Amino acid sequence: MGSPMKIRAAVKDGVTEVKVLMQHDMETGLRKDAAGAVIPAWFITELTAKHNGRVVLEAQFGTAVSKNPYLVFRFKGGAKGDKVTVSWKDNKDDSRSDEVEIAEKA
Amino acid sequence: MVNLERRQALKTGGALGLWGLFLSLGLVPQGAQAEWNKPLFSAKTMNEALDGLGAILPASSEAIALTVPEIAENGAVVPVSVTSTLPDTTRIMVFVDKNPNVLAADFSFPAGTEGFVTTRVKMGQTAQVIVLVKADGKLYRAAREVKVTQGGCGG
Repeated sequence: MGSPMKIRAAVKDGVTEVKVLMQHDMETGLRKDAAGAVIPAWFITELTAKHNGRVVLEAQFGTAVSKNPYLVFRFKGGAKGDKVTVSWKDNKDDSRSDEVEIAEKA
Repeated sequence: MVNLERRQALKTGGALGLWGLFLSLGLVPQGAQAEWNKPLFSAKTMNEALDGLGAILPASSEAIALTVPEIAENGAVVPVSVTSTLPDTTRIMVFVDKNPNVLAADFSFPAGTEGFVTTRVKMGQTAQVIVLVKADGKLYRAAREVKVTQGGCGG
C-alpha cells in the first residue's frame, strides 16, 4: 500500500484540469548507498486516471520520472462533484488508488 | 504500439472468448491490458527507441509546444510541459537523449482528453528533451536542450 496521493481536480469552461502529486521514491537502480551497494530500482510503472469510471489518461513511467511524481492533464467534460480516480502500480507490485471530487474553478 | 499490441491481444483473446469473459466479470485488474513496455523503457539511445517503435526520426512540428527550462540547476527535478494542438493526439512520449534509459514517460490520451501533459523528469547531464507525439496515427517530434548544472542521477 503506497503513500496517499494529493489530487486536485477543477472544472472550468467544460474542461477539467487534474493535478496529481504522488509520493514515491522512484529509485533508478543506478544509485549506490554509503556502503557502495546498488540501491535496487523501485519506481511507478503504470498509472491510470478515470472520470466517473471512464479512463481519461493512461501513463507508463520509467526511472527518469522525478521522485514524488507530479502530473497535470486535462479532459473535456466533468462536473462539480464528479469523481476522479488515480491509480498507480510500481515495479514491486505495490499499488495505490485515490479519489477526489471535481471542484469548480474560480 | 502499445495500443496495437493491446488490440492484437484483445483480438486473440476474443477468439478464445476467455479474455472477454474475464473482462466482463471484472477479473482482469486495471492496467493489466496495457503491460509496462519494458523493451521501450530499456532503450539506451534514441535510435534504439525509434527502432523499438518501428519508426524513423519523425519531422518536427510547430504544433507541439514543449516547455522546459533553459537551465536546470537541479537535474533531479526538471519540469516538462507538452501541448500538442495536432488533431487526434493520442500519445505523448518524453525522452531525455543522454539519460541511461532515454524514455522517461509515455502518456496515452483517450478521446476527450487534451493533448497536454505536465510532469517532472530527471536529467543526468545537459541533454535534449525530445518529445514524440502520435496524432492521427503519425509521429511528430519536438526537442529542446536543457543545460543541467547539477546532475540528477548521482547519490
